[in-house]
Amino acid sequence: MSDHKIICAGFGGQGVMSMGRLLAYTGMLQGLEVSWLPSYGPEMRGGTANCHVIVSETPIGSPIISRDASAVIALNLPSMIKFENELVPGGQLVTNSSLITANPKRTDIEVIPIAANEEAASLGSAKSANMIMLGSYLAVSSLFSVDDVAGALQKVFGPKKADLLPPNRAALARGCEVAQSVVVR
Amino acid sequence: MEKVLMKGNEAIGAAAIRGGCAYFFGYPITPQNEIPEYMSRELPKVGGVFLQAESEVAAINMVYGAAGAGARVMTSSSSPGISLKQEGISYIAGAELPCVIVNMMRGGPGLGGIQPGQADYFQATRGGGNGDYRHIVYAPASIQETVDIMMEAFDTADLYRVPVLVLGDGMIGQMMEPVEFREPRKRSLPSKEWTTTGTGGSRSPNIISSLRLDPVQLEELNKRLHAKYAEIEKNETRWESYKTEDAEIVFVSYGTSSRIARNALEILRADGVKAGLIRPVTLWPFPFVAFDELGTSVRALMSVEMSMGQMVDDVRIASNGRWPVGLHGRTGGMVPVQHDVVEAARTFLREVK
Repeated sequence: MSDHKIICAGFGGQGVMSMGRLLAYTGMLQGLEVSWLPSYGPEMRGGTANCHVIVSETPIGSPIISRDASAVIALNLPSMIKFENELVPGGQLVTNSSLITANPKRTDIEVIPIAANEEAASLGSAKSANMIMLGSYLAVSSLFSVDDVAGALQKVFGPKKADLLPPNRAALARGCEVAQSVVVR
Repeated sequence: MEKVLMKGNEAIGAAAIRGGCAYFFGYPITPQNEIPEYMSRELPKVGGVFLQAESEVAAINMVYGAAGAGARVMTSSSSPGISLKQEGISYIAGAELPCVIVNMMRGGPGLGGIQPGQADYFQATRGGGNGDYRHIVYAPASIQETVDIMMEAFDTADLYRVPVLVLGDGMIGQMMEPVEFREPRKRSLPSKEWTTTGTGGSRSPNIISSLRLDPVQLEELNKRLHAKYAEIEKNETRWESYKTEDAEIVFVSYGTSSRIARNALEILRADGVKAGLIRPVTLWPFPFVAFDELGTSVRALMSVEMSMGQMVDDVRIASNGRWPVGLHGRTGGMVPVQHDVVEAARTFLREVK
């Protein structure tokens, strides 16, 4: 397995931090090396938020992803504009096409547009757009299975919040399914 | 023990409590606020005390008081807050008391910004307070190393009766990595016969003070302190040498920037340039001896740090004229970029040809 270097970005409240943390947590449970580095600043709510997640079989050097991202998961337009240049050639850009109608400037990358907001709404939980996006990323990266991530989620939620698992799992699975149909072309 | 995914700041709190810390005094400042937040929640559960002081000056003096009573005590802050604590740290060093101080550095000078920095190296290693004192400075580069160091920091402080500074930065504080809480090596510690906890009418009072008006006595104290510091230099110096055996250029880098230097090293090696890394884990005592172990392949040293060049002074001392010493520094909250470090190394190797 080569290193997976993923930038998750969106605006505050879209759940990009928890999406990245879940990826890192899943990796840890799979016995892999992981790091999760959040942006932090004085302008959190409603501002831009992003995190850098690295999943590797070997110890991780810099937790900063710098022009070597294997994937960018962009939940809004400013995030796509800001981070598409961090991708390696052939890298994967998963965009939330519900909010991003513009095309990326890069032509040497794989773009996976996912109408995450609509998909989430169709499942009856608008807040799970992040899980739709994560599910889509799982489909195109083959990093983890939906079961792997759902297993990690189960640990995160614990018995007290067990009722949150099914809708999140459904969103992950739906994202995975949608991405598979997008990628076939 | 099972691995857990933790933020650096929270991991510091968890490791401190496991290391026996029972008292925390502090004042909030970004980017280390998760430390007091964690301590305020968790210390009372184990019978400890968390107290938010009215200022950093008050907090460090509460540490002074608790340490004098023999407690395992810590404070944490970030750069400008640590500046405010310097008077207290000098007093604690003069009174020969153990305590642990955490500095999650941010960009300076002054209030500066809240993004990661390493520009407190001079303050940390040269003493930000007055007088001829030293204290141990640990500079962990991962959350696991931070935890390992925190868990034994209180023992080390007690062993030598010195303040111990754990020097991280905003990135170490904010990032998450898997950690495992491992029991540190057991040290045999002297009993604390010097504490001011009441004579019980059976002994003469212990006095804790840093005031010594008799210059003869004060010089004696300084000589004793320095004998102790020599002992610390002998026993506690720590570093990691990585791929230095055949290196033509050796990066010297600590904490966060050492991780970027490591990436740069791999990029250079993949391209046929043999790079190595000396990573000081203790900044004081500085691992001068690591440089004596370098072989004849080495043509240059390069300090990589988040400052305009502070540790580079120690690298020059370590080199002692043997190798040209370069510097790649970013500052003000900017973190070095691996490709820039690669470029700086190539340029420097051309210059020193």
